[in-house]
Amino acid sequence: MLFTQISQLSRRSVVRLLRQPQVIAPALMFPLLIFGFQAAGLSSAADIPGFPSDSYVSFLLAFPLVQGTLFAAVSAGTDLANDIETGFLNRLSMTPMHPVALLIGMLAGVVSLGFLQSVVFIIVGLLVGVTFAAGFLGALVLIVLTTLTALGFGGVGAILALRTGSGEAVQGLFPLLLVTFFLSSILLPRDLIETDWFRIVATYNPVSYIVEGIRSLIITGWDGQALALGFIVAAGLIVVGISGAVLSLRGRVART
Amino acid sequence: MAGAVAWRGIHNFFLNPALVIPAILFPLFFLAAFAGGLSRVSDIPSFDFEAGYTAFQYVWILLQTVAIGGAFTGFAIARDFEGGFAQRFMLAAPRREGIIFGYMIVSLVRVTVTGGVATVAALISGMQVLGSGVDLFGLLGLAVLVNVAATLFAVGMAMILRTSSGGFLIQTPIFVATFLSPVFVPLELLDGWIKAVSKVNPITFILESGRGFISGNPTEVALAFGLGAALILVMIPWALFGLRRAEKAG
Repeated sequence: MLFTQISQLSRRSVVRLLRQPQVIAPALMFPLLIFGFQAAGLSSAADIPGFPSDSYVSFLLAFPLVQGTLFAAVSAGTDLANDIETGFLNRLSMTPMHPVALLIGMLAGVVSLGFLQSVVFIIVGLLVGVTFAAGFLGALVLIVLTTLTALGFGGVGAILALRTGSGEAVQGLFPLLLVTFFLSSILLPRDLIETDWFRIVATYNPVSYIVEGIRSLIITGWDGQALALGFIVAAGLIVVGISGAVLSLRGRVART
Repeated sequence: MAGAVAWRGIHNFFLNPALVIPAILFPLFFLAAFAGGLSRVSDIPSFDFEAGYTAFQYVWILLQTVAIGGAFTGFAIARDFEGGFAQRFMLAAPRREGIIFGYMIVSLVRVTVTGGVATVAALISGMQVLGSGVDLFGLLGLAVLVNVAATLFAVGMAMILRTSSGGFLIQTPIFVATFLSPVFVPLELLDGWIKAVSKVNPITFILESGRGFISGNPTEVALAFGLGAALILVMIPWALFGLRRAEKAG
């Protein structure tokens, strides 16, 4: 019963995503555009003494992968807010639908988008000469880590959508996520960040560990510690995002 | 008419936290991420900028802020068309070009505030200014030219599209033009396609001249001001074309 509910709502969520090229196109193009500018403009950063890679493009491939998950979060939240604004969620809450099924089903779209983004960004990376130090298997692990991160951020987007019920408020989350993203080790390794306060913020910023987990598969190979930290942070994000979203959903359904 | 448009736009901007807060935060965020996070980029061999990396980045951030300020004015115009307010303005205006002038005043006022906040933040974070007062006026002059050109572009695009969903088309060309320049390192340290594109991008010349002003070593000043003026001259017919399209649409 629960599985049927999840599969039906997941199907709706994925179909809705596929029918919105205006959502998919920016989610793919915008991170690639910024990646292109940053990689080209900062290519000589690989000459900084102590830089961990010969190629800044390889170093920076984590950029579109993680930034894409932020787009996915906003997309998931906006879709859910749209369901609230149009009354779809209220109608579903009148049915014997399980709240967890409702949430997981709705987040299926964000997982699909995260997966699609990972595959596309990896292909683009290969086309521009990035080689994966951890090989083909490493690329697969990278896709899993990125998709899990998208799910976690999707949960955060869902919390905001359920709390506010407003697509506009969810859109307002994006600048905050973007700041969190840039105040990490996304552009330079933490040990090469000279400004003290920035390095401290980047060290306490969980996004740094997701970035470093993904990056390790591209430029280092199999780095157990970086990968473990990346997956732990992604798992933590999922736990916080989903449990927070379930609680918010219960609160919203109770008010209906 | 221009005064009425300007007063309304300025009033709406400063009294709406959803508009004013992101407009102030974005330049600060760029300053933190690029000047703070990337300061080791100045250790790249052959990177030579006497005023330091914060000043190097500040000039780009200032120009980007004033250019994006123009784009945001375009968003406001698109919203005014969606709400029907712009149409009422057009009915009431004896000379509709005044509407464009009014939006340009709005844009200049808002970037005076956002650019001013970015400047104060850069100075607090230890930016060195080696240029004289006259040099800094030169930098501000370039920023005004970029803002006017970007605003005219955004006005034209917004009056053609007349919908908020066209925001991507208003913002992206401005965003791309500012990034297709030597953002992180001087032009001579770029290579590949970005160098080829940067060498023909007018923004590059304005940016390099602005960096010359802040480091007390003005370079290619006439060329930079000439290109800024040329951008405005190109964008005036574009904005008027947008206005005529909006008039025809009724």
